[in-house]
Amino acid sequence: MNTNPVPAPAGAADPLIIDGVSYTSRLLVGTGKYKDLAETRAAIEASGAEIVTVAIRRSNIGQNPDEPNLLDVIPPDRYTILPNTAGCYTAEDAVRTCRLARELLDGHSLVKLEVLGDEKTLFPDVVQTLKAAETLIKDGFRVMVYTTDDLIVARELEAMGCVAVMPLAAPIGSGLGIRNPYNIRFIVEELSVPVLVDAGVGTASDAAVAMELGCDGVLMNTAIAAAKDPVLMASAMKKAVEAGREAYLAGRMPRRRYASASSPLDGTFF
Amino acid sequence: MEIIVNGSQREVPPGYTAQQLVEDLGLAGRRIAMEVNREIVPRSDYPARVFNDGDRVEVVHAIGGG
Repeated sequence: MNTNPVPAPAGAADPLIIDGVSYTSRLLVGTGKYKDLAETRAAIEASGAEIVTVAIRRSNIGQNPDEPNLLDVIPPDRYTILPNTAGCYTAEDAVRTCRLARELLDGHSLVKLEVLGDEKTLFPDVVQTLKAAETLIKDGFRVMVYTTDDLIVARELEAMGCVAVMPLAAPIGSGLGIRNPYNIRFIVEELSVPVLVDAGVGTASDAAVAMELGCDGVLMNTAIAAAKDPVLMASAMKKAVEAGREAYLAGRMPRRRYASASSPLDGTFF
Repeated sequence: MEIIVNGSQREVPPGYTAQQLVEDLGLAGRRIAMEVNREIVPRSDYPARVFNDGDRVEVVHAIGGG
């Protein structure tokens, strides 16, 4: 009998559960802004992500029909594809996009809802977001929703039946990091569904901070794709999310204003 | 008659189907989705779906995004 069990690594024992499905990785990544599909594939591989976002756009008509398809390098049988509604400014456009995505992905109903309200900040339009979420949920979609770091809105989205709530940490693509950790923390404490920081992470320490706040995961795109070496940054993000999660579970020491010696004061010979 | 495909006008013969359009666009067998006048057309309906004059067709696929 093993009386002194070694704890399992966090990843193995501590899955992220979204809509009843268990994931090992708490890092979700986007597929935008990469140099080419080879770089996309390599970065996503290095990130260890299992949930990968894609956008839905018009097919290029009359262009090279042999051009490789994103879903050839990110195959839906290996990754959970999370179609987004990026670029939508109305609930109606977001719902249309999700319905097209569901058809495209053979009935797959997990979506990332984002309805934007402003071109400069890309802040979410929460009124349209709530409207779209209601329609989508009625229509059988499983909605992971991008929103502001407003606790009241987050609560409402959870009450409506969203399967994950994803507040921004800073504007999309800004890389400014976790601008209001207290607001993120309120949401983490109050909600039962997974809370993921979506947008704003710039580097590995930002991802670790998000996880140390108790977030269930982090979704990012630009922080990896716009790094000088995206594949290396993807690997850094993987470690940061794991480290942040373990630190959160471990429970940090209390902060104190003055020093506390690490070496015993007894037994000194000087 | 004329239909509008992804924002561009396209002259097509009467009786033209969604299946013919997909083939003419070189998209047969590709992972796409289609809506006509804002209604989804399931892939299995392409052969039977006949366009009407003025139909607005959108053909979409997945691309990189965050």
